[in-house]
Amino acid sequence: MSDVIETLKEQIENNAILLYMKGSPNQPQCGFSARTVQALMACGERFAYVDVLSNPDVRANLPAYANWPTFPQLWVQGELIGGCDIVTEMYETGELQTLIKEAAVAQND
Amino acid sequence: MTIEATLRSRVSDAFPQALVLLENESHKHNVPDGSETHFALTVVVDAFDSMPRVKRHQAVYGLVSDLLDGPVHALALHLYSPEQWRQRSQQSPSSPECLGGSR
Repeated sequence: MSDVIETLKEQIENNAILLYMKGSPNQPQCGFSARTVQALMACGERFAYVDVLSNPDVRANLPAYANWPTFPQLWVQGELIGGCDIVTEMYETGELQTLIKEAAVAQND
Repeated sequence: MTIEATLRSRVSDAFPQALVLLENESHKHNVPDGSETHFALTVVVDAFDSMPRVKRHQAVYGLVSDLLDGPVHALALHLYSPEQWRQRSQQSPSSPECLGGSR
């Protein structure tokens, strides 16, 4: 249990742009994950992902850790940005593109 | 009480002034007829004005966490201040198409 939390902390700390999703970016297993990954890929920066369907420990423990009950979850520079609804809305307003670009620059510094 | 009615009353009790729109989208998914598994919820209320997006979602998730742990598989949330709702011409986005999984 505590090992899982450590793993989560490491993943979130070490990946400036991190998506927890169902399936993979090329083969999402859920419409909400598909829509989120589509918006993220459209930002044109590299990002890390974790497939929670093949990582049941993550799936079981991240919701409580994040105070966020569902997947997908987008984390940028250690902060929870939100799920499909928020990411989609931010993409439409252009906020997501700005956020992702800034995170990519910070990661490469 | 149906899950739909429970969801609606939890939100209305917490935000008495809110506009609450709730759609059962379960029929679009790979679940039996009459299921109550997939919902889209729109809430428009003044209280959201000063809250960042993540806080708004956490506030609503907190009202229904037992349902999300149990029967409800997906709950799309569209949470706006009255001003944002006007700017959106009083429309919420539609939910994504199901990809066939039942989880």
